[in-house]
Amino acid sequence: MWHILIMAGILLCAIMAIRTKRLLVSAIWLAGCSALVALFLYLLGAPEIAVVELSVGAGLVTVLFVFAINIAGDEVNPSHPVISKPLAWAVIAVAALLVGWLLLPGVNVAVPGLPESQLGNTLWQARSLDMFLIGVLIFAGALAMLGLLAEGKKEAVES
Amino acid sequence: MSISIPVVAGLVILGLLGIGLYALLAVRNLIKVIIALQIMVKGVLVAFILAGRLQGDMATAQSMALVVIVADTIVAVVGLALAVQIRRHTGKLDTTALTTLRR
Repeated sequence: MWHILIMAGILLCAIMAIRTKRLLVSAIWLAGCSALVALFLYLLGAPEIAVVELSVGAGLVTVLFVFAINIAGDEVNPSHPVISKPLAWAVIAVAALLVGWLLLPGVNVAVPGLPESQLGNTLWQARSLDMFLIGVLIFAGALAMLGLLAEGKKEAVES
Repeated sequence: MSISIPVVAGLVILGLLGIGLYALLAVRNLIKVIIALQIMVKGVLVAFILAGRLQGDMATAQSMALVVIVADTIVAVVGLALAVQIRRHTGKLDTTALTTLRR
């Protein structure tokens, strides 16, 4: 029962994040979607990733969105879509049917019990290359933020 | 009628991927495009954890999901920085404002 309620909440938040006109309100709906996805991940048996998703997805990313929207301005969306909405819905329906046809028979099975968590060993020993990649990605993100802020400083000095 | 947890997770994955793909196709605002990417990646996260749960290998699934979360955050940072720069140069957050080579 809880799973179905959380599923409805996740999908509602995602739809509202897309449909809302104001960008700041969209960012708040996205944060709600992230928080509910974190709860769903916890119920699926992944508490470590749920914590990371809650702190990064619902916290850090929301702060970044609010920061960027404050700089860029809360512009109302253009009314005309890139492609016609019926065509977009048709593409989505075909994609959902294909993915559902492949996915749902595979997941309609008994769920095995939760094994003992070995995340620490797996992360630091078997997947140490991933940790190196994470370090590089964080460095790239920090450089991108520095670039964003440096441009603002230069314009402030010129003005 | 009771629905099993993997089926609910499958519906969440389908819904998030569908909503994100629709927004990528139909929305022209650059920040909304990044929000659509975030929504799609949340569907992928749930898919990773569901696959790990069904295979009984949660550690590998969680470590891969961690990489996805970090990569997604960096994509959001770089995308937002690009959106801010485009807004500064073109005065708009519209994707069609980027077609300057057509002129």
